[in-house]
Amino acid sequence: MTTITFGKAINEGLRRALADDDKVVLLGEDIGTLGGVFRITDGLKAEFGEHRVVDTPLSEAGIVGTAVGLAYRGFRPVVEIQFDGFVYPAFDQIVAQVAKLHYRSRGAVRMPLVIRIPFGGGIGAAEHHSESPEAYFTHTAGLRVIACSNPADAYVMIRQAIASDDPVVFLEPKRRYHVKGEVDLDANLADARPMGVATVVAPGRDVTLVTYGALVQTARDAATAAAEEGVSIEVIDLRSLAPVDYSTIEASVRRTGRLVVAHEAGEQGGVGAEIAASITERCFEFLEAAPVRVTGHDIPYPPAKLEQYHLPDLDRILDGVDRAMGRPNSLSEVEA
Amino acid sequence: MTPSDREATGLLTRPDDLVQLLDQSGIRHANPEFDRWIADVDTDALIALHRDMAVVRRLDAEATALQRQGELALWPPLAGQEAAQIGSARALHDDDFVFSSYREHAIAWLRGVQPHELLSVWRGAAPSGWNPFDKGMAIPQIIIGAQALHAVGWAMGAKWEGSDAASIAYFGDGATSEGDVNEAFVFAASFGAPTVFFCQNNGWAISEPVGLQSNQPLARRADGFGMPGIRVDGNDVLAVLAVTRWALDRARRGEGPSLIEAVTYRMGPHTTADDPKRYRTDDDLATWRERDPIARVHALLEASGADMEAVDADVKTAADRAAAELRAGITAIPDPEPMSVFDHVYAEPNSHLERQKERYAWYLAMFGDEDGGAR
Ligand SMILES: Cc1ncc(C[n+]2csc(CCOP(=O)(O)OP(=O)(O)O)c2C)c(N)n1
Repeated sequence: MTTITFGKAINEGLRRALADDDKVVLLGEDIGTLGGVFRITDGLKAEFGEHRVVDTPLSEAGIVGTAVGLAYRGFRPVVEIQFDGFVYPAFDQIVAQVAKLHYRSRGAVRMPLVIRIPFGGGIGAAEHHSESPEAYFTHTAGLRVIACSNPADAYVMIRQAIASDDPVVFLEPKRRYHVKGEVDLDANLADARPMGVATVVAPGRDVTLVTYGALVQTARDAATAAAEEGVSIEVIDLRSLAPVDYSTIEASVRRTGRLVVAHEAGEQGGVGAEIAASITERCFEFLEAAPVRVTGHDIPYPPAKLEQYHLPDLDRILDGVDRAMGRPNSLSEVEA
Repeated sequence: MTPSDREATGLLTRPDDLVQLLDQSGIRHANPEFDRWIADVDTDALIALHRDMAVVRRLDAEATALQRQGELALWPPLAGQEAAQIGSARALHDDDFVFSSYREHAIAWLRGVQPHELLSVWRGAAPSGWNPFDKGMAIPQIIIGAQALHAVGWAMGAKWEGSDAASIAYFGDGATSEGDVNEAFVFAASFGAPTVFFCQNNGWAISEPVGLQSNQPLARRADGFGMPGIRVDGNDVLAVLAVTRWALDRARRGEGPSLIEAVTYRMGPHTTADDPKRYRTDDDLATWRERDPIARVHALLEASGADMEAVDADVKTAADRAAAELRAGITAIPDPEPMSVFDHVYAEPNSHLERQKERYAWYLAMFGDEDGGAR
């Protein structure tokens, strides 16, 4: 076990994947000499050379589109989109090409691409640098969408994503890049928890709180705070947003009878809506209250000085838990 | 040879095919084709161009300092690009329209953008700083290259309405790799749009040398799209003024778009969050320091017998005033109201958002403090 940051864990995962399989290539803007704007690819070009770690022209459609061609040729490209808001120029290549080629070719063409995207807010950045685009991708059949939340998972899951024969949109909560944690660099992929499986990161009895990415830590903090008030929250780190591991959530909700889903992305058409609807369908008879969503507002990501009023934080999550529990909350007087 | 092997500045240092009217020693060279475009630039006009450049350099330094002091979240410095920006912006008419990227502070300044309007976005206090229609300048674009298409659409409209106004799109060398910019070239050429594409080739797209975006001078791309392309010494304010006037004139006369590649250099980091030591050399920097856009105009003025004491004093006064305005501008930017996050999402009422807003107001009210702050 070694203690490293989340960012370094991904770096180590990429290093390991590059070393293990010479068909793995990294492509992106500024990922070579600079090591990426977040330094996630730091040192990899020096170690593996410029045909393995490729600084590309400034063109997202170009990056993903050529990665498709590389995949046709048998490579396993890992592309870096510099920031969440810059994935849209590549959107067509991702949703119309990457996602559909396996289906369109009746399985003949594999697209083992990983599209790494630093996502989410909370770092006081300029516009287009704090977005949560996950729902666009979860809505697209053929893509897997992963959002890890801690260094140990990051190290293993980036390798699993690269090893997967399906295309993976790999979301990295950028505000957690500098957070440290224990990582087993010798972790064996065969023994690791599959990336499609959710994790119960804090057990609880009264309410199930499902989230992913940066909010996992906030949710854990909320669980600690709620425990002091006698409310026991079970926190589930979703890890995979497509497909969703419903069996883990279902098992939890059957015990707690209450569900809260939290994410930074807007509410409308979001991952939370999907989970709330599915859980309602699957375990309606176990629910003691309507599922509650705690999300970003349905607004463009606001300027830095306002992001604290947009991002769900500990208090908003606790308020959502109170709503699910029927305890006094922000709506109890007005909507009584 | 792979693109990244290519000399970072290899494409920038070929002097042969650059339009240059004023060289780096401050010597004015005659140019039969372009002299006429700046025939009106007398000593006073030259002094004004010099002052403009010096003032924006100071503004830029001041804003960089404000970022270091924590007053701004981020700042993309323009130092080194003063001639490219001032020269081109001085060629514009009031009814022309600018579509810029994020580094064109000098253009904004000349279009009458006030310091607090310029800074509010970089402070993280507002999603945009000014009303585009007041300034004839769109709000800056962060998505690389997207504005090039907007400039073309504006110009198509202007042409269809019989106006002789033109649009100008500013973007960097990196941007020329994006689909949007290439699609803008196609539309502009196909529709004969009165647009000037103004590429500030400052050598770098963050850490990537221009040689990674193109293995030939960027201006040559124009040829394949069916418009003229011209390379100009981007550190020569006279040459930039001349070629931009030439291109705008073509646009106004119905001859369609042109591409200007202003060869310049980004002296500072990409933004205040960047560390250029990781990718570029001191030698490079030194070479470009010798090509300073302001120093060469200063030298020309000196040689032409201008009263340099007066010139320098005037610059100092103007720069000091601008810097003071900029610092004062910061205090003129209030922190936004929490509930303003919901403003202007839609132009028409939206029941879903109204409900969300109402519920969030109730939530904030739980905390009871005056400004509704949750913490
Ligand atoms: C679509 C998109 N991709 C990536 C980025 C991140 N990014 C911001 S500036 C920049 C480099 C731009 O270089 P260039 O176009 O040469 O302009 P310069 O900053 O040098 O003026 C990059 C990659 C972005 N803003 N938009």
